[in-house]
Amino acid sequence: MADNKEKAEKKSRVPMPEQDPKIRARNFLEVPTGYTVKMAQEEAERCLQCKKPGCVTGCPVGVDIPGFIDLIAQGDMSGAIRNLWTKNALPAVCGRVCPQEIQCEGKCIVGKKDAPVAIGNLERFCADYEREHGTGELPPKQPPTGKKVAVVGSGPSGLTVAGDLITKGHDVTILEAFHKPGGVLVYGIPEFRLPKAIVANEVNFLSRLGVKVECNAVVGRTVSLDELFREGYDAIYVGVGAGLPKFMNLPGENLVGILSANEYLTRANLMKAYKYPEVDTPIPIGKNVVVLGAGNVAMDSARTAMRLGAESVKIVYRRSRDEMPARGAEIHHAQEEGIELFLLTNPTRYIGNEKGRLTGMECLRMELGEPDDSGRRRPVAVKGSEFQIECDLCIVAVGSGANPLLTSETPDMKLNKWGYIITDNQAGKTTKKGVWAGGDIVTGAATVILAMGAGRQAADSIHNYLTLGW
Amino acid sequence: MFKIVRREEMTGGTVILNEIEAPLIAKKARPGQFVILKANEDGERIPLTMADTDPKKGTITIIYMVVGKSTALFKTLQVGDSYQDVIGPLGKATHLEKVGKVICVGGGTGVAVLHPITRGLKEVGNDVTCIIGARNKDLLILEDEMRKASHDLRICTDDGSYGHHGFVTQVMQQALDKGDIKMVVAIGPVPMMKAVSKITKEYNVPTMVSLNPIMVDGTGMCGGCRVTVGGETKFACVDGPEFDGHKVDYDELIMRLQAYQEEERECHKKFCTIRDAK
Ligand SMILES: Cc1cc2nc3c(=O)[nH]c(=O)nc-3n(C[C@H](O)[C@H](O)[C@H](O)COP(=O)(O)OP(=O)(O)OC[C@H]3O[C@@H](n4cnc5c(N)ncnc54)[C@H](O)[C@@H]3O)c2cc1C
Ligand SMILES: Cc1cc2nc3c(=O)[nH]c(=O)nc-3n(C[C@H](O)[C@H](O)[C@H](O)COP(=O)(O)OP(=O)(O)OC[C@H]3O[C@@H](n4cnc5c(N)ncnc54)[C@H](O)[C@@H]3O)c2cc1C
Ligand code: SF4
Ligand code: SF4
Ligand code: FES
Repeated sequence: MADNKEKAEKKSRVPMPEQDPKIRARNFLEVPTGYTVKMAQEEAERCLQCKKPGCVTGCPVGVDIPGFIDLIAQGDMSGAIRNLWTKNALPAVCGRVCPQEIQCEGKCIVGKKDAPVAIGNLERFCADYEREHGTGELPPKQPPTGKKVAVVGSGPSGLTVAGDLITKGHDVTILEAFHKPGGVLVYGIPEFRLPKAIVANEVNFLSRLGVKVECNAVVGRTVSLDELFREGYDAIYVGVGAGLPKFMNLPGENLVGILSANEYLTRANLMKAYKYPEVDTPIPIGKNVVVLGAGNVAMDSARTAMRLGAESVKIVYRRSRDEMPARGAEIHHAQEEGIELFLLTNPTRYIGNEKGRLTGMECLRMELGEPDDSGRRRPVAVKGSEFQIECDLCIVAVGSGANPLLTSETPDMKLNKWGYIITDNQAGKTTKKGVWAGGDIVTGAATVILAMGAGRQAADSIHNYLTLGW
Repeated sequence: MFKIVRREEMTGGTVILNEIEAPLIAKKARPGQFVILKANEDGERIPLTMADTDPKKGTITIIYMVVGKSTALFKTLQVGDSYQDVIGPLGKATHLEKVGKVICVGGGTGVAVLHPITRGLKEVGNDVTCIIGARNKDLLILEDEMRKASHDLRICTDDGSYGHHGFVTQVMQQALDKGDIKMVVAIGPVPMMKAVSKITKEYNVPTMVSLNPIMVDGTGMCGGCRVTVGGETKFACVDGPEFDGHKVDYDELIMRLQAYQEEERECHKKFCTIRDAK
């Protein structure tokens, strides 16, 4: 132990190899290229193997972080991934997209003096190593219970439920509205951050376990929850995400050239419009692009616009750098790629030409005032500070709400005032018998790992219901 | 996969009918609803209204005009071929109610969209006059079907090659002058719906139109289909596609429909070059 500690103090964090910003800003290949075995083991050595590891308390699903890192250090990659899988069904995804700096890594003791142990990078390494070198052996499955479960939505939450319940011996079918499974992981998060082959690999893994995936099934339209029960399903999990784009209700919002981030990213990712006209779905190529918002969705939109050939891309955000909700790595990457931050700036209206196309927008400068309910200092407009930004494409990434498509067709499932499904916090039970819900449709837009955590809890509760009763 | 079981070419091949196996959708669909189709892996998601459904056979029928790359690709699909994806039924169904005398006005392929709505309005007990129009006789579709679906069918052609010589709006105005019309349904090119709505507003006759903005998901998730109705932004795929014709901002819709015009033209040209070379 003492020996370990000494080593750790000497070594600094192994940097993640990345594509050069100038080159990657114009391609869709993944930005970080991943640790080698040597790098992973070197980084694993930095972990102090704490008796009371802070990092684990920072992880929403309680991954045994010192445990899997120790296995990497010992060179037991197969053991490491198996350890990870006990808590986290999608480590290849989480290693790439978790906001580690406020979760596991944010609580790592090494981080007090130095850069914290690169837990996310190591998690990603294990999953990638398994994909490339593993035997592909399936986990053991319980004998069939004869119970049927429908999982509505194939985002991280639904995938987790499906994986947990199939291994417990239930018959599981995923129903997905889009023509491809994966939820935000395929339609939202871009290829350069999360290669689609990784998501397809995870879905394929579930299929091999026996999960049936039915795409093009818009639950609430193609089939209702009650009809699913009548068809013989014993339980239903609703993980439909928070897919309702918010706009700012500014004058001129319907000009050509103003898209929600959902539309822009769906065109780019799910429909592969970045390959247009090789594929049939077009996407507007902006010369001067403005992105409204400062979360992960905004960063992804801005970086996509840059890769599609924009001359300039500006992030317009009404608060300051400290309040930007995106992952630190993404903000850093975006800036490296030449994306400009217009902070403390609030748009007031869009300007268009006679053809109804966007040509610019008017903004106000803001300054930080008193803290608001969330404890963040409220931005207030500076009088008379109006100025114009020239732009031909604006992507609105100011958040999303609850999509009412399914819930409005299911009146006996109670919603809160914002339209999210009400559940008991622990198990994810809704007010409708036999129906559970979790992920963004319960919490509002959150994170992959939280959606997965909710899925895992619900899966346990569904399993109890199917074996013991409601 | 969604197999094509029947295919017809209409109006010399510019309009195509496909009857497609889609049992779940056929069972649920109501007049006024649409589906989204995607031909193959790299295809675009294209919204088309169901012109008919047969729940017993498990099929839906679409009728589309060949206008760009994707519909040209659809045209190459023959009986026995399949669409990779068909999603639906989407959109709100038409509110079918007995109100009395109703006029249904259709133009171009809008007639295909109008057909199930007309039939539905007749079935619930309305007295339905139908006015359909096309540029010339050869471009007219579904004449027999529309005759069956209504009580009285009037036909207009822009060049006078068949029926009344002139626009549907003129014939409609004559019918409105006779009075007692309780509702007008107008479906067709946007300028036609705009013109109809302008006239019916003067007569104070409630008017329903079906809008066709550019769509991606069809489930209210992207906002690409936004239209302004009564000063408010609506998502046509979930709030519509039918709206109060007197409140729609048609000029905005026309502009938004041209969002990808340049890109689409290039893509279509390339497709035709490749296809014709084969
Ligand atoms: C662009 C973008 C970037 C993000 N970046 C990050 C990040 O870096 N890190 C992070 O932790 N989180 C990130 N998030 C947030 C994260 O992706 C979500 O919190 C998470 O995906 C929620 O998972 P979910 O399973 O609840 O729903 P989703 O992933 O939204 O999946 C829901 C699925 O349900 C389907 N569906 C919806 N309605 C129906 C219906 N009626 N019938 C059938 N299917 C239906 C949808 O098509 C979708 O596939 C990002 C989100 C976006 C949009
Ligand atoms: C709810 C709904 C129902 C529809 N029902 C039918 C139907 O029953 N029969 C039918 O023939 N068409 C219908 N349409 C229109 C049809 O979807 C478009 O014609 C089709 O998307 C064009 O695709 P494309 O790739 O062949 O042409 P593109 O290359 O995309 O476009 C060719 C030309 O058509 C214009 N255009 C693009 N999208 C649309 C659109 N959505 N509507 C009108 N013009 C467009 C473009 O500006 C361009 O000039 C419907 C549209 C909606 C939204
Ligand atoms: S799941 Fe996310 S928060 Fe938990 S250890 Fe892995 S990267 Fe950290
Ligand atoms: S807190 Fe840091 S050093 Fe301690 S066990 Fe966790 S990762 Fe290792
Ligand atoms: S088509 Fe995406 S919201 Fe209507």
